[in-house]
Amino acid sequence: MDGLIGKKLGMTSMFDDNGKRVACTVIEAGPCVVSQIKTSDKDGYKAIQLAWGDKKEKHSVAAEMGHMAKAKSSAKRKTVEFRDSDMSVNLGDTLDVSIFELGEYVDVVGTSKGKGFQGVVKRHGFSGVGEATHGQHNRLRAPGSIGACSFPGRVFKGTRMAGRTGGERVKSFNLQVLKIDADRNLVVLKGSVPGHNGSTVIIEK
Amino acid sequence: MNSIVNSLSAEMIRTDLPDFKAGDRVTVFYKIKEGNKERIQQYQGDVIQRRNSGIDETFTVRKISNGIGVERIFPTNSPFIEKVEVNRRGKVRRARIFYLRTQIGKAARIKEKRS
Repeated sequence: MDGLIGKKLGMTSMFDDNGKRVACTVIEAGPCVVSQIKTSDKDGYKAIQLAWGDKKEKHSVAAEMGHMAKAKSSAKRKTVEFRDSDMSVNLGDTLDVSIFELGEYVDVVGTSKGKGFQGVVKRHGFSGVGEATHGQHNRLRAPGSIGACSFPGRVFKGTRMAGRTGGERVKSFNLQVLKIDADRNLVVLKGSVPGHNGSTVIIEK
Repeated sequence: MNSIVNSLSAEMIRTDLPDFKAGDRVTVFYKIKEGNKERIQQYQGDVIQRRNSGIDETFTVRKISNGIGVERIFPTNSPFIEKVEVNRRGKVRRARIFYLRTQIGKAARIKEKRS
């Protein structure tokens, strides 16, 4: 798996070859520094570690500065490992959007928008208690039964209930690359990507 | 909106179309793909609204076809619009002239703008 780390900038729309307007997301991806190359002999598995995003030296810990010094780079905001990469890269190389091809399909990992404390209809897609009439009263978005009676006499662990929603790691699959702008390090993907504008995302191909 | 996203969509906005607004009679030359062949279809009618802004802008054209009102919505920045011809400037007081839908016959006319 190869990929890049980037920042979600926002959404807009484009026209495809059939004249159809498609919603798309603009991501500023890379440039990423190869900060470590893991091999199966030494580390037990094959991977490349990429680092992205500038940060000030006063915000960097000595350990990360020492780690990044091997790649002749300053400490970065985020490091991500891509396992079983087929790319032939050396320590300290810089990767940019040129690793993507127009029209190929990629996956994007991000942190979804936090929704706060939500009920089961929004959180788990329950349909609520079907009817609004026939004697139903304030049960429209209720979860219904959460278990049986005196046997087992408790609610099972993991029963889906209301609670904090969003703000978790989410992956969007098979987003088509519509446009690549190498000068500005931009990738335009078809469809939406998890997270707020400005949040960090990982593009995997 | 992010300024980079803005500039990216600004590149795709068409600047070659004439200036027209609600009340104007226009002819839209729209490309239609049929298999491998491409032809241009003309659609003439009154613009009854322009909606949204930037790359997402659309306009609605209304005409009476065989006694039946037909409305068609075009994305303003679509590459499939060959060109737009303004045939007549209309004099209207509002930006969305939906009241045309309820008017029949002579009442459904729009006054021409005299400059």
